[in-house]
Amino acid sequence: MSLAQAGDVEEAAEPVVAASQGRGVGEVRKGGWFVLLTIVAVCVLWLIPALGVLVTSFRNGDLVNTSGWWTAFAHPFQAGEWTVENYRSALDAGGLGNSFLNSLAVTIPSTAYAFSWMDFRGRYLLFVTVVGLLVVPLQMALIPILKLYVNGATLFDYVVFPQLHLNGTFLAVWLAHTGFGLPLAVYLLRNYIGSLPSSIIESAKIDGADHFTIFWRLIVPLSVPALAAFAIFQFLWVWNDLLVAYVFLGGERSVQVLTLNLANLVGSRGENWQLLTSAAFISMALPLIVFFSLQKYFVRGLTAGAVKG
Amino acid sequence: MFALRLVGAVVIPIAAFYTLWVTFDFLRDSEANRVIVVGVAVVVGVGGVFFLYWAMNRAVELLPERYREGVRPWIFVGPAMVLLSVFLVYPVINTILISFKDAQSQSFVGLDNFKFVFTDESMLRAIRNTLGWMILVPVAAVTTGLAFATLADRLRRGEAVAKSIIFLPMAISFAGASITWRLIYSFRPAGFGSNIGLLNGIMLGLGQNPVDWLSQHPWNNLYLMVIMVWMQTGFAMVVLSAAIKSIPDEIIEAARIDGASEWQVFRRIIVPSILPTIVVVATYMVINSLKVFDIVFVMGNAELNQTEVIAERMIRWFFIGQDYGKGAAIAVVLFIVVIPVMVWNVRRFREEEMIR
Repeated sequence: MSLAQAGDVEEAAEPVVAASQGRGVGEVRKGGWFVLLTIVAVCVLWLIPALGVLVTSFRNGDLVNTSGWWTAFAHPFQAGEWTVENYRSALDAGGLGNSFLNSLAVTIPSTAYAFSWMDFRGRYLLFVTVVGLLVVPLQMALIPILKLYVNGATLFDYVVFPQLHLNGTFLAVWLAHTGFGLPLAVYLLRNYIGSLPSSIIESAKIDGADHFTIFWRLIVPLSVPALAAFAIFQFLWVWNDLLVAYVFLGGERSVQVLTLNLANLVGSRGENWQLLTSAAFISMALPLIVFFSLQKYFVRGLTAGAVKG
Repeated sequence: MFALRLVGAVVIPIAAFYTLWVTFDFLRDSEANRVIVVGVAVVVGVGGVFFLYWAMNRAVELLPERYREGVRPWIFVGPAMVLLSVFLVYPVINTILISFKDAQSQSFVGLDNFKFVFTDESMLRAIRNTLGWMILVPVAAVTTGLAFATLADRLRRGEAVAKSIIFLPMAISFAGASITWRLIYSFRPAGFGSNIGLLNGIMLGLGQNPVDWLSQHPWNNLYLMVIMVWMQTGFAMVVLSAAIKSIPDEIIEAARIDGASEWQVFRRIIVPSILPTIVVVATYMVINSLKVFDIVFVMGNAELNQTEVIAERMIRWFFIGQDYGKGAAIAVVLFIVVIPVMVWNVRRFREEEMIR
């Protein structure tokens, strides 16, 4: 993937979500009913799957299993049609409440770690390595990291990595996500910080600030937009991740995250649709809130994530 | 004085590391109250790392002046580089090594694991299926995204809303999306209750027999790909829309004045102008499709339905089958596929640095 273009894309993506301001009347030939109809049709098509989940999750369990969710619209006000019971049982029986907390527990510190370890003064060669690492498939890292967590590592009888018994703990997942998110963070922030005007830094130097002061007082505050974009991307990435949590946390109930719980529910209660759908909707709630409230940063984070492997 | 400085330069970072270490020990204990664990993790994650940098910076200050500027950059770069080496560089080398060993990584078995990858029936199917994902998903998502972006650009109003709707699935997890689509494909054989899946509802409405969509090989692969297209089209749409809007209006106007039809404007001006962006988006999607795991994993028994993909096989062998050798070999295959993209990335980066 071309980095230059990905960078352009990231910048260009911003105004889009703010929508179609900008062009004067008559500059773009506005479409007629054909355009409108196509757009509406596609939008409806895109919404139907989510609508099905939403409707099913609020329907009475018996009805869910005997009639399609779309039939609910035929008699929407019938008594006993709607219920929030599914959510209650999904949160209790499915252990989803716990997973929700676990997902948060996994997500917040990973984002924070990734944040803090970010680095801005990479040497050329190191940075080329980072660029190369951007697209390395996660699968390449799973086995050795799991072994590290379980066995530690020794090189010529010296302990290089102690036996930490990290497996099945949140810390294992936080560290893994931090490590995996790092190339993108470094890449993204280096490019962003590289674009800051050097005159600011020069003048701070003349005023007697040392590197550390410049970094914390000047660079970090100036990088907030890039940091926010990365934080949101990383947050959603970790929140929606199944693979890393599955491998490093395992299936134990007490530490299970939402995505894993969903996967297990499909296996164990595959036909219990009222439970499945409410569980799925619980898992979607937070990303959707993030999406709607921070759309601008969200898009920027995702487009920046285009270079991530 | 010099000795004191040197001691300080060593002691301060060690103290910082020790503090971090003790907290890590606490965090490892998952029995502790979750809220407290998270709280401590955030404080240590942010505060501790800041403290570490501060401490190391102080340590450098204590060094004799002539060493300072040489050491300082490594303090800024060091922690990240250590993490990168532990979590990415070392694993890549190690995985390649493991792929030549047996299930428990005890002894070398030569190319046996790779022979398995390229002869096993299920693996071959996985490779074929993954190739299908890598071609069809990007084509479908980019085409739909481009068409939608072009059309939405011509809406009189509501462009932002329409785009948000298409973009929405991008925010949710593959696991959540899989459940969403399982509901659409849901099938119950006669005698096992009524069919509540949308597609079978339509089939029944048309007077047809319900179909078990997810076991219709090879079409079930397509049905799974639809999920990915549903999720990724929004991304293509947003990025391509941004590119379309950045084309200077004058060019398009000039073409129209010269009598170009809307189709010609699209085909001869818009598409060529945004071609680089299309390539970037498509590459991103090819890599994403290569690594698709969650959808296949959640949607049902891949082996039974013959919907295996490479990344899903890797987990199946390494984690469920506990065969590190085969798992690593499958991962190496994934890695080899992305190497051209890596090389391309690095080359582009170097070219840019030349210009800079």
